[in-house]
Amino acid sequence: MDFGSINPALLIASIMISATPILLAAIGEMVVEKAGVLNLGVEGMMITGAVVGFAVAVTLTSPGFGFVAAAFAGAALSLVFALLTQFLLSNQVATGLGLTLAGLGLSSLIGKPYEGMKSPPMPKLDIPVLSDLPIVGRMLFSHDAMVYVSLLLVVAVWAFLKYTRAGLILRAVGESHDSAHALGYKVIPIRIAAILFGGACAGMGGAYLSLVRVPQWTEGMTAGAGWIALAIVVFASWRAGRVAVGAYLFGGVTVLQLNLQAAGANVPVSLLSASPYIITILVLVIISARGVHGAPASLGRSFHATH
Amino acid sequence: MDTPLLSINGLTKAYPGVVANDSVSFDIGESEIHALLGENGAGKSTLVKMIYGLVQPDNGTMTMRGAGYTPSKPSEARQSGVAMVFQHFSLFDALDVAENVALGMETPPPMRDLARQIREVSETYGLPLDPSRTVGTLSAGERQRVEIIRCLLQDPKLLIMDEPTSVLTPQEVDILFETLRKLKAEGTSILYISHKLEEIRALCDHATILRLGKNVGTCTPSETTAREMAEMMVGSSFAAPQAQNKVLGNVLLSVKGLSQPAPGSFGTPLREIGFDLRAGEVLGIGGVAGNGQDELLAALSGERLSETGMVRLKGSDVSRMGPNARREAGLLSGPEERLGHAAAPDMSLIENGVLTASRRMGLLSNGFISWGKSRAFAEDVIERFDVRTPGPHVAARALSGGNLQKFVVGREIVQTPDVLVVNQPTWGVDAAAAAFIRQSLLDLAAQGSAVLVISQDLDELMEVSDRFGALNEGRLSSIRPVTELDIEQIGLMMGGAHDMEVAHVDG
Amino acid sequence: MIRLEKRPEPSRLWTATTPLLAVALTMIVGGLLFAVLGADPFEAIRTIFWDPLFHPQFAAYSRPQLLVKAGPLILIAIGLSIGFKAGIWNIGAEGQYIIGAVCGAGVGLAFYPSENVLIFPLMIVAGALGGWAWAMIPAVLKTKFGTNEILVSLMLVYVAQNVLIAMSTGLLRNPEGMGFPGSRNFKQWDAVHNAEIVANTGMHWGVVAAFIAVIAAYVLMSRHIQGFNIRLSGEAPRAARFAGVSPARIVFLCLGLAGALAGMAGLFEVTGPAGQLTDKFNAGYGFTAIIVAFLGRLHPVGILLAGLLMALTYIGGELAQLMLGLPGAAIQLFQGMLLFFLLATDVFTNYRLRFGAGAAA
Repeated sequence: MDFGSINPALLIASIMISATPILLAAIGEMVVEKAGVLNLGVEGMMITGAVVGFAVAVTLTSPGFGFVAAAFAGAALSLVFALLTQFLLSNQVATGLGLTLAGLGLSSLIGKPYEGMKSPPMPKLDIPVLSDLPIVGRMLFSHDAMVYVSLLLVVAVWAFLKYTRAGLILRAVGESHDSAHALGYKVIPIRIAAILFGGACAGMGGAYLSLVRVPQWTEGMTAGAGWIALAIVVFASWRAGRVAVGAYLFGGVTVLQLNLQAAGANVPVSLLSASPYIITILVLVIISARGVHGAPASLGRSFHATH
Repeated sequence: MDTPLLSINGLTKAYPGVVANDSVSFDIGESEIHALLGENGAGKSTLVKMIYGLVQPDNGTMTMRGAGYTPSKPSEARQSGVAMVFQHFSLFDALDVAENVALGMETPPPMRDLARQIREVSETYGLPLDPSRTVGTLSAGERQRVEIIRCLLQDPKLLIMDEPTSVLTPQEVDILFETLRKLKAEGTSILYISHKLEEIRALCDHATILRLGKNVGTCTPSETTAREMAEMMVGSSFAAPQAQNKVLGNVLLSVKGLSQPAPGSFGTPLREIGFDLRAGEVLGIGGVAGNGQDELLAALSGERLSETGMVRLKGSDVSRMGPNARREAGLLSGPEERLGHAAAPDMSLIENGVLTASRRMGLLSNGFISWGKSRAFAEDVIERFDVRTPGPHVAARALSGGNLQKFVVGREIVQTPDVLVVNQPTWGVDAAAAAFIRQSLLDLAAQGSAVLVISQDLDELMEVSDRFGALNEGRLSSIRPVTELDIEQIGLMMGGAHDMEVAHVDG
Repeated sequence: MIRLEKRPEPSRLWTATTPLLAVALTMIVGGLLFAVLGADPFEAIRTIFWDPLFHPQFAAYSRPQLLVKAGPLILIAIGLSIGFKAGIWNIGAEGQYIIGAVCGAGVGLAFYPSENVLIFPLMIVAGALGGWAWAMIPAVLKTKFGTNEILVSLMLVYVAQNVLIAMSTGLLRNPEGMGFPGSRNFKQWDAVHNAEIVANTGMHWGVVAAFIAVIAAYVLMSRHIQGFNIRLSGEAPRAARFAGVSPARIVFLCLGLAGALAGMAGLFEVTGPAGQLTDKFNAGYGFTAIIVAFLGRLHPVGILLAGLLMALTYIGGELAQLMLGLPGAAIQLFQGMLLFFLLATDVFTNYRLRFGAGAAA
């Protein structure tokens, strides 16, 4: 075993890369859940984003367009979910599962021609002064733009929910759609907007996997990342800041186990590969044993105006 | 009178199968407290929703101070100076007071200013409230204050109040009336919706009475008797329940020192509840909503177990028994919420019969359900309790509130319980069904069963009970014969004055 | 203007019709999809739904495959449907299926090369216990700590896959397999080979078990008080507690049953059609079974039919891949679409459409 081969600066940097896709998906899903909707299709939207983003980026040789296309693809898929659950009042759990299953099928269909290709490189941001700092510069300030976009998104979501009237209305809809309706707020359009935002974020998260993290397209490459994003929202008690903490902790676990595998640690490889999932379960257990706080009261319930 | 504040002309609104409002007309004057009176289902809510812009009328017009008034959504109504205090469904438990107030305003000021304004208004009108408290932790009376302050901050010309006193103690009602009179003196009109006649007589200048969607009359409440108004409301007189001469038997249910922690973050703990219930007796337990009624029912039905020795049935300890074991021992119950608690909405009446009667009525053999016997049982309940339904195979949710309530209460009575515990047995039920249910409870007691009625309707409790006690924050007051009580004393009992007299307590 | 209006009670007609409508819509939209992919839509639909059963050349091969594929789908979906009825969302059947196969295979291999006839029944029991135990993890966590069973059961699929990799390349690897991953071949070990019971029908013991499960589930759900309690828990949890049903017991019962059935399905698969425990013997039946359960309206007989239909799309999909060059993933999407259309049309069971006469503001 050779722990010396693990470089702390690189480790932190790779944790940030590893955390970003989950962070994007989780912050989007948090907004969806804050509006009172449980979309279990994150995995399906992520993988669709991954393949569409990859295909567009390769075709146009532009990762930027890839991310934009991925956001649209994720949102388009979430629109299906929105139509089913908000207008046709279908069960949110079943519809979310269906979205994941369909997304997996759709993505492998679209992705066939792109297997084995390499994505165009994502330019690293060169932040003057900061990037040149010793160690810290390489660790924190020499990433691609999406890493910072994801972090800015967390701040934006936090500020939106806490300080804006629109954010207050969104939270109100998630707390009690009946009360919000009685006060004259349009529950369904607000929820659809939140669902679309969640879809776009999940799509971008998926694209980050196929364009930066891996970076290529392979079938089923999200490997449960969408489900972990869902778990992180629970872990975070529906708070933006804690979503970031959760995603980075999870990124840390993933990178650490990969590094341990590479360093030939004296632990079975299967156990290491399974460790992110086991740790997710443990975290969920700890959170729920303490009592889940902050879940929006209308989460997962269909709204149908009776008058 | 000059131009009225709001004039309603021929408003009509039909839903499939029912005309909720049939060309209703009346005027609300400036600085007037106007009562809108009617039974459940008379069309009060629909009318109010049209005034508040939640529903658009099919026909008819409204004018405000002579100008056309056609709100297409609540925000337009609010801009026109119409504000509404809801009975249910307009607060957000997880948000704080200031956020809740902001959500009901068109253009709320920044949060800091808003908090200051809330404090100012709450002081002016004697409605103390902390803007930073989370609404879920407030009492029912405090929650109502949030709604009222939300309205007052917008200087309404017309304030609509939907059944505001159903969640208040008599003393809190007095405070509310003070506030309303003060508002009236300052020039605000109030549309006051209720079916409580004495309140309307005490407070309102005019009253419009709705029955089956039609305006059946207007009156000046202070000059009309409650009986006259009741007859207009109901349309025909109905038999009031008759109390029989009571011969009380042995103690059937004995509760001693019953304490339980609160079931959830918004529940109420039970504290040292004690009483005895005798054969042939009806014990009424009153109290404002949320003071432990649901919790007491759950502790008696067996949904929540209590510690050994707390609940005894016919002398034997049932504290650690679940609902089915208690049923087999003779203790049956009927919870408040019909749909979802007493009955499964999407299941048929036959299946809903099996829900509580499977063991006591022998509907099972080796765990297998006899659907034939179950059907016969459901049909028996339907027939004996005059449940209006196309048949026993119909889903529970398809029945009207009154019919379903007759079914769920009847389902327990047909099983001939030794002790029956019911919570809000006539909540949201039309007057005829309510009278029928009350009479069935009295008949059951007359046959030698013991009946415990938990209710928030004081009139109902006075009608059916032999003795009365009140729940306050999970404590039960002393229990006293109803003949010794007046409204003042009841108010004190509900407000938590436990130690007023202990002489009559026998438990 | 079109509005939805809640029906006073669920429509029985629509309950039965929606799956057919969903299948029809899926065929139409699926046909369009195939057209986009450059295939003749009518030929594609015929290849998927007709040829596997009636094609003069291929039917002889593909007809038995129908039961081979439907068996595990039905077995797993029956278990899932009981949980779904109770509002318990076990979506980790794939993991329970894998662990059942690993446990059953492991127990069997411990007796290799004995030809004792009791080994196979023992393996079935071990498979069921393995799946049961794996499902008990989310059950215990849910009842003890209130942990969400959806996320836990799903996370355990990924853990199970890693267990499978570790076992098929480690402890259970064929010592005579020249270092290739994978266990001994059960097809070459008569005592445990889950072979066809009747030649050329595809009927193996797993299919028999699936049929028994359909009948047992039907009796349980329609006649027995436990089935009633399960339905009640899903429809109205508070009413269930009022009826004296313990929520924890229902969680254990439903997850345990689903786990045991999925575990058995895994064991039958690994000793039969798959023949060998490898790191990818599992074909995603645990996930497809979710679609089967919904498509069958969570009703045992419906699931039987839905399982056969879904098996048909698998075989037809393979055939379409072979003959029309349609990508295999298209069929996965096709199956997902089926679920979507079912959920979309399901609204008519509980609501009816009203045209006009709406709010004319």
